[in-house]
Amino acid sequence: MHITSLRKGVIAAAALTAGLAVSGAALAEWKPDRPVELVVSAGPGGGSDIFTRVVQAALTKNKLVDTPLIVVNKPGGSGSEAFNYAKDNAGSPYKVYFGTQDAYVLPLGTKVNYAMKDLTPVASMVFDVFILWSNPKASGINTAQEFIAKAKENPGKVRVAGAKAKDADETVVTLVERATGTDLAYIPYKSGSEAAIQVAGGHIEANTNNPSESLEQWKAGNQKPLCVFTAERLADKTVVTENMSWADIPTCVEAGIDVKDFVQPRTVWMAADVPAEAVAYYTELMQKAMQTPEFKDYTARNVQITKFMTGDELKTFLAEQTKNYEKIYADNNWLLPASQ
Amino acid sequence: MGNFGQLMDGFAVALTLHHVMIMVIGVLLGLIVGVLPGLGAPNGVSLLLPLTFTMDPISAIILLTSMYWGALFGGSTTSILFNIPGEPSSVATTFDGHPMAKQGEAVRALTLAFGSAGFGAMVGVIVITLLSSWVANFALRFGSPEYFAVYFMAFASFIGMAGGSPFKTLVCIMLGLAVGTVGMDTISGEGRLTFGITQLTNGISFLIVVIGLFGIGELLLTIDEGYKFDGVKAKLSLPVILRTLAELPRYWVTLLRSALVGCWMGITPGGPTAASFMSYALGRRFSKRGKYFGKGEPEGIVAPETADHSAGSCALLPMLALGVPGSATAAVMMGGLMIWGLSPGPMLFTSRPDFVWGLIASMYMGNVIAVVLVLATVPIFAWILRAPFTVVGPLIAIVCLIGAYTVSNHMFDVWVALAFGVAGYVFKKLDYPLAPFVLAVVLGDKAEDAFRQSMLSSGGSLAVFFENPLVASMMGIGILLLSLPLLSALFNGLFRRGAGAGQTSSS
Repeated sequence: MHITSLRKGVIAAAALTAGLAVSGAALAEWKPDRPVELVVSAGPGGGSDIFTRVVQAALTKNKLVDTPLIVVNKPGGSGSEAFNYAKDNAGSPYKVYFGTQDAYVLPLGTKVNYAMKDLTPVASMVFDVFILWSNPKASGINTAQEFIAKAKENPGKVRVAGAKAKDADETVVTLVERATGTDLAYIPYKSGSEAAIQVAGGHIEANTNNPSESLEQWKAGNQKPLCVFTAERLADKTVVTENMSWADIPTCVEAGIDVKDFVQPRTVWMAADVPAEAVAYYTELMQKAMQTPEFKDYTARNVQITKFMTGDELKTFLAEQTKNYEKIYADNNWLLPASQ
Repeated sequence: MGNFGQLMDGFAVALTLHHVMIMVIGVLLGLIVGVLPGLGAPNGVSLLLPLTFTMDPISAIILLTSMYWGALFGGSTTSILFNIPGEPSSVATTFDGHPMAKQGEAVRALTLAFGSAGFGAMVGVIVITLLSSWVANFALRFGSPEYFAVYFMAFASFIGMAGGSPFKTLVCIMLGLAVGTVGMDTISGEGRLTFGITQLTNGISFLIVVIGLFGIGELLLTIDEGYKFDGVKAKLSLPVILRTLAELPRYWVTLLRSALVGCWMGITPGGPTAASFMSYALGRRFSKRGKYFGKGEPEGIVAPETADHSAGSCALLPMLALGVPGSATAAVMMGGLMIWGLSPGPMLFTSRPDFVWGLIASMYMGNVIAVVLVLATVPIFAWILRAPFTVVGPLIAIVCLIGAYTVSNHMFDVWVALAFGVAGYVFKKLDYPLAPFVLAVVLGDKAEDAFRQSMLSSGGSLAVFFENPLVASMMGIGILLLSLPLLSALFNGLFRRGAGAGQTSSS
């Protein structure tokens, strides 16, 4: 696991992305010589927390790092606490930050004390997908078409549960409303699993959720996936119920809801002004973590889309994403007054 | 009986030397983190989580749950000795536990607490064993209106019994609700009462509030009123422990009632904290010696402790069956489950019975081990109390401040805790009750979320709280509990006029 890194981190990162094994020509090799903090922009038990702990487990179990890794939760201010911490620790190569789209979306809608220039993007590792679920038994909704029909018949009455307000779930619900010309009643809960239980119990008609949070209820017949908010169908052909696998879920576009691609990246960051060698080191480390059986189990279980992005590709992706979110936030009137 | 057979298989899994060793280690570690407020169970469990990655899931969950038990017991220890609740659910234990300890009966108070906690946990585990298949489905019937009804019952039972001035109780509840409101609002996604202070956007942690109100507040009060801690009077511990244990069955009514309340609140989403408060309130209402509650009454310790632990055990079941954690600690443990490749849900019971029943069996044994171990620590704690206040006082101050800091590693929290310390002192001096305040902080925002979710989904109609038998009967009981003081006052006024049974008011 000796990493050779080039003088310029950008080149190193680009080379690594291209999958080139840079060997021999050892220049300045960087390696942490003290414990590394893995800072999570969410509280214990949530999606980001589990993601970080899986990375921690994968790296530790496979002895890919020599120094201890410590997970630190900084959920304050919807996660902005973690990125504020990055600002306060500019230049520290012993802290790696784990988040979602929150790093670049938070500043749009809320007052935060950091700016994007306080963060160095390291990688985007996987995408969590979103699925629209119903309770077929209680609501009689079996397909996305039936869902839309019901929403059109009862404007403002069909309820959709999700995690938190003005977060990913509510965003995707507003996209559905706009795409189909419907008026849905979005009901926020503290977490995605709480929202799922409300649908499974027949109290609410539908919810949007990451696949894993509703998987068990799907197996039990209490929830049914209507459509998935991705450009293409899911690749996973694992049969979940007797007649359906993940790959059998139609995309929302197929099902008549024109919301093309709404996915949640799992992103890794460092603070500003960190040595390029350190960025290169962690980039390669994350790439190695992805090859471990622990990480592969995790992505399979969560039906995630694995796509490692770093360097320029990541920068382009982040710029695009930020632009998309700016538009959505402007449409929903969620933008921070000062930035309007 | 299928459950019984599976439980026996579970014992076969849990009763190995390896697993018993893990339980002992877990309980001891839990005790240590439980005794340090702020470090608490959630932090302890998440510190331990990386160590479990290389274990098999059953050993890992046994380690974590044992630690959880240990932390629960440890939390009660500091509640009784120093008036600092280590866990939210042990706040109610301070009300009588600490006064009893101050009267020189710390050993008795601790033994009562541990004994009844052990009893409560045992009842909880037995309920789980018998009802496991039923509980999962029952929990699914809880929508937002039902959640609200559960919280409403907890509030109602507390308001219904509040001694002293109703006006002061109301003021305390309102202030508590205001504190609970601080931070990000679930429904609107906006910050409330944050005054532009970033540190407040995540709300005021309940632990910070209790460390301030109880720990620091008590310290200030002690300095003001002089040190009256009769720790030296504590007699030889062992005979006291045995005598107290023999005394426990005398409170069988309280024990049973509290265990029942605890199981109910654990299976429904009320949780251990609400359970302990509600049980304390009901104890005060229905016990013959209710009017002595708050002055070191044994039943005032037995009631919350029994309910706390039976709720804590019962709450594990909905967590495994629904995947919704009931507490911060449970959330960390659930994260662990997922890392080990198990997904909580209705199918876990059929797909991994060895795991589920191994866990349940370990709960039986973990509790027995925890009770024995904590009873063994009682003399050590009693010994600490013999130190003069000039030693204990600064120690408590340090523990409080470090505790406040470690909740989320913020210096800001230390200032908040100090502010609440002053508030606690003022409350006590002016005879404002702390319990309703604390209850409102804990349950206020949950009740508010549930209420607003119900309103959103019913389109603003209050009829939603009476639309099915489950929610209607819970609301009915709540309203009954709320009007109990009125009814009994009316009853007393009509039939026992001037019988001299009036309450001796204390201030």
